[in-house]
This record gives sequence, structure tokens and C-alpha cells, in this order.
Amino acid sequence: MPVMSDRIFGVFGLLLAAFYLWQATQIELSFISDPFGPKAFPYMIGIVLAVASGVVVLSPDTEPEWPTFSRLFEIGVATAVMIAYALFLKEYGFIACTSVAAAYLCWRLGAHPLSAVIAGVAIAVGIYVIFHLVLGLSLARGPWGF
Amino acid sequence: MDTLASLADGFAVALTWQNLFLALVGCFLGTIIGALPGLGPSNGVAILIPLAFTLGLPATPALILLTSVYYGAMYGGRISSILLNIPGDEPALMTTLDGYPMARAGKAGEALAISGLASFVGAFFATWGLVFLAPQLVKVALLFGPAEYFALFVLAFATLGGVASRNQAKAAFAAALGLGIATIGVDGQTGVPRFAFGEVHLYDGIDFLVAIVGLFALSEVFIFLEHRGNGSGADASMRVGRVIPPWKMVRETLPAMGRSTILGFIAGVLPGAGASLGSFISYTFEKRLSDRKGTFGKGDPRGIAAPEAGNNAAAGGALVPMLALGVPGSGTTAVLLAMLLALNITPGPLLFQQNPDVVWGLIAALFIGNLMLLAMNLPMVSLFVRVLLIPTRYLMPAVAMISFVGIYGISGSTFDLLVMIAFGVLGWVLRKLDVPLVPIILGVLLGDQMEKNLRRAMTIHDGDWTMLFNSWLAIGLWTFAVVGFVLPLIIGRYLRPKIADQPIAEGADPD
Repeated sequence: MPVMSDRIFGVFGLLLAAFYLWQATQIELSFISDPFGPKAFPYMIGIVLAVASGVVVLSPDTEPEWPTFSRLFEIGVATAVMIAYALFLKEYGFIACTSVAAAYLCWRLGAHPLSAVIAGVAIAVGIYVIFHLVLGLSLARGPWGF
Repeated sequence: MDTLASLADGFAVALTWQNLFLALVGCFLGTIIGALPGLGPSNGVAILIPLAFTLGLPATPALILLTSVYYGAMYGGRISSILLNIPGDEPALMTTLDGYPMARAGKAGEALAISGLASFVGAFFATWGLVFLAPQLVKVALLFGPAEYFALFVLAFATLGGVASRNQAKAAFAAALGLGIATIGVDGQTGVPRFAFGEVHLYDGIDFLVAIVGLFALSEVFIFLEHRGNGSGADASMRVGRVIPPWKMVRETLPAMGRSTILGFIAGVLPGAGASLGSFISYTFEKRLSDRKGTFGKGDPRGIAAPEAGNNAAAGGALVPMLALGVPGSGTTAVLLAMLLALNITPGPLLFQQNPDVVWGLIAALFIGNLMLLAMNLPMVSLFVRVLLIPTRYLMPAVAMISFVGIYGISGSTFDLLVMIAFGVLGWVLRKLDVPLVPIILGVLLGDQMEKNLRRAMTIHDGDWTMLFNSWLAIGLWTFAVVGFVLPLIIGRYLRPKIADQPIAEGADPD
């Protein structure tokens, strides 16, 4: 199955186009409207999306090199860490959250755990000093004021 | 000669301490960004936009900072190409062909010096090209009505898909995806919400800065997570040696620089091409023309001078359509367009009339930045070489965190951060599938304008479709669009850059 990825991708694109077109029909019209209306442009986009996806299904490229499952898992966990970072940012403040997230990423990118922790804290404090203290950017404030 | 008078006014704007300082910072940061593998002009500028934006810089200083970064990155990309055989960014790919062999032969210093000089020649003369060509293009653009603008946007997407990508269907998919994302939110003309699914955050639409930082910067982090361990820092053993180019070598490479500057500039002006294509064309042309003894690819200085002059000239050329028409031709200029839009400035012919200080101040700053870059890149190049020693395992987390800081700084919204992560994952998947990211960005950026012009044209002509092809100008643009998209399909096998077929393109920074 050398060309599966692109076929799946194309089918997914077709589904996306169908969903998009269906949603476009659901747009409510207001009582004032220009001759073209708010629906026509989305219809055009949806059709291009569908045609392009169809072509991808019919003539797929060679298979890309997908990472092994463990690498995919790695990316999944990193995504989860980033999502957690976004959600906890306001609660625990910039420095705490950033230290943890940066340390995690350093560790997973191959740093020794101890140096990853040090690097994480250094990155967080460095960004805090440069962007907050020097440049005056507002960062999330935690329970401890930073 | 009012062009020169405007330019003189521009120098008056640019020559303030603040602007000079920003240009210096931009050039310095840009060279570092270009030199580091994994960070290139478009994701480097993408990360910095939200920061420049939240710092509350006015338009001209912000633009000066970011275009200095853009020019600087074009200079910096060659450093790791020559020393490590890893292009610092995609346009620097061609520089590895002769740069690395030269470095292995113990001539790293000369290679860096010649390429630095070539970068300067390319960028300097391309900026002159910008000075004279942009106002001419503005004159044409002033004749454009809504129908012509709509055709122009189609042309931009068509050539981007046709010339610059391997698979036209995927480029079309990417463009439609970007345009689709742009339609999310309240419709500007009738006030009805579209594709918002009742979610309040979506009524405003998706901020293009969030999309750009996610697609360009965060997806790069995922690429590195995927290939952990490979491509970490450089070995410390590289020697730079002398960095003053021998006069003989300069004289030898000068004609190559001149030819490549012209070719690169043309490649840059054409929509859809960009710096990578500029350096590719320049190298191939130079090789055909002057490789009589078969020294190209084995460390011929002309093989470094040509692509470096070419990509820097293309960088300058790509600013022409971006500033004069508001239609960027490459990834990085699309990101710069995002900057302008974030500052509430719409580029295009009106920009030259209403905000001449912005345009000419920027162009003057480019000249100044070039001189700074030449000064930085010849004697101080060993400083940047040290930067290459930072291992990616510390660099990429810092990049990710700075991306979060920038986006959080704009809105302080958790929702935006989540959307950015989603774009990061999407960008990674699409890169794996070889779907180009630049048309997506262009779609997100231009979607609103494109629809507005289409509907304006329809309103003027009461919904008569044929009016889209009503003028010679419009017909010409449509013809170019069709030719630009279809022709590469037919003769693409001969013309399409082979660089795109190498595996490096997957992880590479677009443009």
C-alpha cells in the first residue's frame, strides 16, 4: 500500500469540503444583502477544496515517511503538555508553567533530565526578564505574582 | 526624479536613533535566526510579529525591525550551509553544494567572506530595483478596480501553486483551506455569522497571527521532536580562518554576482517564486554558463556567490509585489503582510500615496540594514558561528515558549493558545503529507480582501458574472493565472526546481 496516506488525506479533504459546503448552506441570510450574498464565496471555496481533494485521491503522491509509533506517541504527549500549559497558564503563572513545559521539551529532545530542568527554569526566567521586565510585555500572573 | 526625493525623505525617517537601533537589532537577530538550522526567515519573523505588535511599536519602526530580520536571515542562512552542510534555511540549500566542499578544503573563511559579499551585492542592488520598480507597479495598480483585484488574488494563488509547489492539487487544497479559515467569523458586509458554530470566540474569526505562528513555528518544534537526536549542535572543531576575501577571488566572482542578482530579482518579483527559486535559478544558470572545468560542486567560489546573490536579490524583489500590490509572492513576505495588516495598514498602491513615510522609511532602512549586515557578516562572522553551537534540544523549547508568549501577549486568551497548538499539529501533519503551508497562510491573510473585492465587483455590476472579465487588464491577469497554473503542469518536468524533490524540503522552512 504505497499510496495509502494520500488517499486517506484526500478522502478526509472530501469530507471536510462536504461539511464546509453543508455549513455554508446553513448560513442565515440577513434582510439586507448584496447581490452576491455571504454564501457564494464559501461555495466557491468548498468546490475548489472538493476538486483538489478528489485529484489527490485519484493521483496520490508517494508515501511519506511516517514516524514509528513511539515517535507519534512522543508528539502526542508533547501536544498534551502544550495544551495543559495553555490551560494552567492563568492559574499557576508564567514562570512555573513555562519552566515545566520547557523542561519537558528539553528532556524529550534529548537533554539529560537534570540539565533539562535547569534549562527549563533558565528559559522561563530568561523570557520573563527580557520580555516582561525589560520590554514590558504582560505575561500571565500566577498566585505568587509571576 | 521624485522617486529619489521620496527616498531622501525616507532616509530622514529612517535615520533616527530608535530606527537605527531597531535595524541593528533586527539585522543581528535575523542573522542568528537564519544561521540556526530549523529557524528561517518565515518562522523567525512569524515569532517576532506578535512581540513587535504587543510592544506597541508604531508601523515604521516595527516594519524596519522585521524586514531587517528578513534580510538578516537571508545573510545568515549561508553560515551553517558552508560550515555544517546543513542549510540554515531553505534558500541557503544551494549554497551547500559549493560552500561545504570549500570549507572542507580549509577555505571556510574565504567561503563565508565571498558569500557575505555576494549577499550584499544581491540585496543592495535588489533594493535599488525595488526603489524604481515599485512606483511603476503602483501606477499600473491604480488602474485596478475590484474585478482586477480579484483576478490578481487568483493569479497569486495560481502561480504559487503552479510554480512553487510539486503537487498542484495539494497547493489548491492548501489555498482553499486557508480561504475557508478566513471565512470563519461574522461576515463583514451583511453581519451574519459564518462557520462559528455558536462559539463566541469564533465570531471574530481566527487571528492570522495565531495561524501563522502555529503553522510555521510550532510545527517546526514537532518536526524536531519527531527526529530527536539528529541535527543537534555542531561540532566545535570547525575553523573559520581568514575572513577577508582575497581580491583575486572577488574579481573572479563579481560577474557571477551581477548575473545572479538580476536573475534573483526577477524570480523574486514574480508571484509565487521567492528566494529559494531565486537561488536555484541563479546557481543553475551560473553553472551552465561558466562551469567549463567542472569545478562546480567541488568548491568553486562562483558556486557560492551565485546562489547567495540570487537569494538575497530575490528577497528584495519579493518586496515589490508585497508593497506595491499587497500581494505577497513568498512565505516570508506573506508573514510581513500579516505584520502590516496587524498594524492596520493595507499595502498596495494607496500605501504609497497615503503613508509614503512608511514605505520610503522602510526602503531607506533596508539600505542601512544592508550596510550593517555587511559589516556584521564580514569581520564578526565568527560570533555567529558560535551561535551554531547552541544545541537544538535547548533552542527549540525556547522557540516554542517564545511563540506562546507572543500569542498570549496579543490577546491574553487561552482559546488563542489552544488554536495555535491545533495549527501547530495541523502544520506538522500537512508537512508530512507534502502540502505546502504558504498558500494556507496566503489564504488566511487574503481571504477577506478577495471576497470583499469579488462582492464589490458584483455589487457594482448587479451580479453579472461576465463583468469579472470586463477589462483588458482583468483578462490579462486571468490569462496569466491560468498559464501560471497550467504551464508548469505541462513543462514542469523540465523547469521545476529539483531542490523541491529532495527530502530536506519536508522539514524546511518555506522560503
